Amino acid sequence: MAIAKRTDLGAPAPFEYAPAPEATDHVTIAPKYDLFIGGRFVRAHSRRRFPTVNPATEEVLSEVAEADEADVDRAVTAAGDAFRTWSGLPAARRARYVFRLSRLIQERARELAVVETMDGGKPIKESRDVDVPLAAAHFFYYAGWADKLEWAFPNRRPRPLGVAGQVIPWNFPLLMLAWKVAPALAAGNTVVLKPAETTPLTAMLFADICQQAELPPGVVNIVTGAGATGALVTGHPAVRKVAFTGSTEVGKLIQRQVAGTGKRLTLELGGKAANVVFDDAPLDQAVEGIVNGIYFNQGHVCCAGSRLLVQESIVGPLLEKLKQRLGTLRLGDPLDKNTDVGAINSPQQLRKIEGLVNSGVEEGAELFQPACRLPERGYWFPPTLFTNVAQSSRIAREEIFGPVLSVLTFRTPDEAVEKANNTPYGLAAGVWTEKGSRILWMSERMRAGVVWANTYNRFDPTSPFGGYKESGFGREGGLQGLLPYVELAR
Amino acid sequence: MATSLAHLGSLMRGVRSVDQVGVEERAAALAKRSIKKDSKLWALDLAIRCMDLTTLEGADTPGKVSALCAKALRPKPGDATVPPVAAVCIYPALVPVAAARVRGTGVRVASVATAFPSGQTFTDVKLAETGEAVAAGADEVDMVIDRGAFLAGDHEKVYDEIGAVKEAAGAAHLKVILETAELGTYDSVRRASILAMAAGADFIKTSTGKVQPAATLPVALVMMEAIRDFHRETGRAVGFKPAGGMRTSKQAIAYLVLLWETLGQEWMTPDRFRLGASSLLNDVLMQIDKERTGAYQSEDYFTKD
Repeated sequence: MAIAKRTDLGAPAPFEYAPAPEATDHVTIAPKYDLFIGGRFVRAHSRRRFPTVNPATEEVLSEVAEADEADVDRAVTAAGDAFRTWSGLPAARRARYVFRLSRLIQERARELAVVETMDGGKPIKESRDVDVPLAAAHFFYYAGWADKLEWAFPNRRPRPLGVAGQVIPWNFPLLMLAWKVAPALAAGNTVVLKPAETTPLTAMLFADICQQAELPPGVVNIVTGAGATGALVTGHPAVRKVAFTGSTEVGKLIQRQVAGTGKRLTLELGGKAANVVFDDAPLDQAVEGIVNGIYFNQGHVCCAGSRLLVQESIVGPLLEKLKQRLGTLRLGDPLDKNTDVGAINSPQQLRKIEGLVNSGVEEGAELFQPACRLPERGYWFPPTLFTNVAQSSRIAREEIFGPVLSVLTFRTPDEAVEKANNTPYGLAAGVWTEKGSRILWMSERMRAGVVWANTYNRFDPTSPFGGYKESGFGREGGLQGLLPYVELAR
Repeated sequence: MATSLAHLGSLMRGVRSVDQVGVEERAAALAKRSIKKDSKLWALDLAIRCMDLTTLEGADTPGKVSALCAKALRPKPGDATVPPVAAVCIYPALVPVAAARVRGTGVRVASVATAFPSGQTFTDVKLAETGEAVAAGADEVDMVIDRGAFLAGDHEKVYDEIGAVKEAAGAAHLKVILETAELGTYDSVRRASILAMAAGADFIKTSTGKVQPAATLPVALVMMEAIRDFHRETGRAVGFKPAGGMRTSKQAIAYLVLLWETLGQEWMTPDRFRLGASSLLNDVLMQIDKERTGAYQSEDYFTKD
């Protein structure tokens, strides 16, 4: 009997958490998925498929269709046809559909969370407690706006644009889908969505949810594929609005592609956010915020607090606490309810992280990784922290998109602002201080779309999110998130 | 551990602030740990061995305390694999009864003292009460701090009184109750924790159980973090005792998870951790049976003492 592990018989046994995997028997993943066009699953014209893999086990979960030009054209046409009826529906009826999507996401939350974790490698506690509830909340929030658009834009007549072509990343697959689809539908547009090639499965479940909600055919169309398919979506002449979340590199390509076409564009791109800790900060909570800022979702977060700027006078005690805390992070099976750090999303991403970490070591930064055993199969990278990082170092300038934190120091608030802003990016920032006036002073000066004060990585559908500089433009969430999906007539 | 007044002032000013949202979030996240099977049994076993089985009622009698002692020694009659608890915790007047009952068994006698629960009496009386409780056989003294003095900003009075009680308690272990519900903020909890440890507390304890809310997870986290910092700065390891409001195994396990992930293995022992509870034990026993047999047993199989 396990109770024999009595600690009064010799040395205390460590408190070992027994495996607590989330059950997967309630989930059915089809061996093959077709494209979702015009309210039905249809075979791809290309006849090509590609596998999607569980990054924690390297098992193939399913095969999804790769949409070619004819497929994308079919999807955009279906969306264009649906637009006429959808945009003409009484707004309150449109709201009802969006509410229904939201409720179905809630009803199927467990299934969505498990599939999100299997397909993407993120810990189940995150998909269960963050991704899926927030996705539902986004649909709820924008459903509420659907019949109040005229109050959203007083004295203007907001009109939908038409077909929105949306391309989303692999780090928050369902949540990014919600960020894109919810405001588009609420404002009366129809969509063609291209999920990321490594994480298409929750989008396919969402297609099923659209059928279950009896959403009119063609209002939501989902075409799977890689970058080429995405370029076909954003490049299609009948698309009136392009929304993209992903890398700055691809964002620039898209901006070139749509230049002069009259298409509306919003881009939510990379980041290299500064998390600024002043000497009066509540240290233990700052440590939690730093950990949450960079190790949440293995650092696959565009707004990740990947640059820690610490006031030099407290760098010693803060690093000591931070290193100790890193030792308690539990890395492993993403489906285990006690896992804090899951798998790296893909082998390509893993190689990119490894390459940048090696460059950090070569450039003379000091590497710290807690003792932690990586599973044998799958793609893994331990939580990593660099000290002695120069502002000029690659790991301080380039987006790593992995669980890697670069620690820099500053002496005065002015220097903190200067260093925080000294990056081509401007998506998010964090400030840790007890002093309210300093929070306001800092947030006025930091060139970042979101500034979190004494917290990090907090999201809410009512709060606009988006970047400055090479982190993109346009806002998602909140009232501001409706604006890219409407035309304002006088 | 004598500290000069000037040092005390700078000690109190140097105590870091606590962010309420952050600490509550962290505590809630740790409470979601899923502790199953072997690890659950391990935790429940430890919970019993760290338990201060408590009765603190005006109606306590020698009979009631005797029954409590019997339960403490043998929580599950007929099952020797279930260990005895750490201590019984009672009012001073009943210490002789308990001491006679548990002497030589390893179960310790803990007595509340210093005008528990309010602490609103003269220092001399508190010291006399402490001395008598120890003379009557208390191995441990659970004192309350003078919240009135603390809230009035008179840290020196609180500090001196803890030091004096410590002296009066002699060899008995001193647990210092902060009564966190009356302190109002996590900042105050942290300050009071540091103050009590600096004044010589062997343990710091959340609550008397007479004021709501008694122990909460965020308060426990704040106190554990204070213990961790104090240990790092002074090298002295102080124990932690949440008390009051814990009725279920699930709650007890949440405290153990917090302890494990904040203070680590060195604190997973009755020397450094206690759970003060009057009605927790039977639920723990029930959960142990459930883990062993796969089924919940009727509550009639567990003694009500």
